[in-house]
Amino acid sequence: MPPSPHPPNQSPGYRSTLLRAPAQAPVPFKTDPDAIELTSPVFGHEEVGALDADLTRQHHGEPIGERIIVTGRVLDGDGRPVRDTLVEVWQANSAGRYIHQGDQHPAPLDPNFTGAGRCVTDAEGRYRFVTIKPGAYPWRNHSNAWRPAHIHFSVFGRAFTERLVTQMYFPGDPLMPFDPILQSIPDAAARQRLVSDFCLEITEPEWALGYAFDIVLGDTPMETP
Amino acid sequence: MTLTPSQTVGPFYGYALPYEHDWELVAEGHPEAITLSGRVLDGAGEPVPDALLELWLGFTGDRGALLRGDGLVSGFGRCGTAPDGSYRFRTVRPSGPYLSLQIFARGLLRSVLTRVYLEDRPDPLLDSLDPARRRTLIATGSGDSYHFDVRLQGTGETVFLDF
Repeated sequence: MPPSPHPPNQSPGYRSTLLRAPAQAPVPFKTDPDAIELTSPVFGHEEVGALDADLTRQHHGEPIGERIIVTGRVLDGDGRPVRDTLVEVWQANSAGRYIHQGDQHPAPLDPNFTGAGRCVTDAEGRYRFVTIKPGAYPWRNHSNAWRPAHIHFSVFGRAFTERLVTQMYFPGDPLMPFDPILQSIPDAAARQRLVSDFCLEITEPEWALGYAFDIVLGDTPMETP
Repeated sequence: MTLTPSQTVGPFYGYALPYEHDWELVAEGHPEAITLSGRVLDGAGEPVPDALLELWLGFTGDRGALLRGDGLVSGFGRCGTAPDGSYRFRTVRPSGPYLSLQIFARGLLRSVLTRVYLEDRPDPLLDSLDPARRRTLIATGSGDSYHFDVRLQGTGETVFLDF
């Protein structure tokens, strides 16, 4: 089995981990075949609205920014699609400002952009969002700290142990080497897994640039002896 | 295939992940309702005001995981912590001895997973722990009201599961 792709919770370069990362090693429980953690909530397509996956059409007007399509598949470790699973996204607007009241970065809010979306994957494990490209923004982790442009993703999978919250980045972003959150992932190939690919086939002429981002979830513990 | 690594939920999920009635797995007045509440604390014992908790009972329920309705039961819920680090769920008892609880927060690069046992009892996981650590997985309270604190780090650190 390959080493875990996940960042260690104790990553001192990301200051917020200092008092929040558990100090003790997690406890194995994999011998219990009846563990409820090996099951997952089931999501129906009726649980999300038709406009939930188009972040550019949730207000009266259109948001400012570079319109993009972000699409991909949710897969298991063997490359099989994970169908009917909930995918949630949230992001800053094109100026790098979140609508969240805790974000006081002095960049403008966009009255036509909330920055939150949901969809349920189809039979091939595919999801698709239309949105605008988020901006980079400063944070106070260290002097002159800036987050690279990113979209937050939340995915469920087939087991509560596969539950994943992550962030998608954009190819060529010059801020990525300086970001302690992305760089907390030790393995270069695993970091690259979080960088979307620009894709001309997904790009729609005279409308929107296309980015591909597949999400590969781990096997449940019972499947990996 | 390289698996997709985790990243922190960050501080700004609050306008996106919560949904209507997310902490209420059953409606108020449900005859079998119990309340599970507590606080999330950091390594200095300070409240964590921007954590997100997800509760999973092991079954989806009557109408899917997100939808709620009078008299219906969902097996999944979500609750963001308040400024004092507190959370609460209205739920029913699980069919087994414990509920599954997953915690996300700024400063957690990967979520942590734990169990809430409503009473101390013989159990393979509990029995594998020393007594001080065992206590961190057992809720206090009885009847229809239980209390369970999550200590992310330090004295009384909650047992988290390897998954």
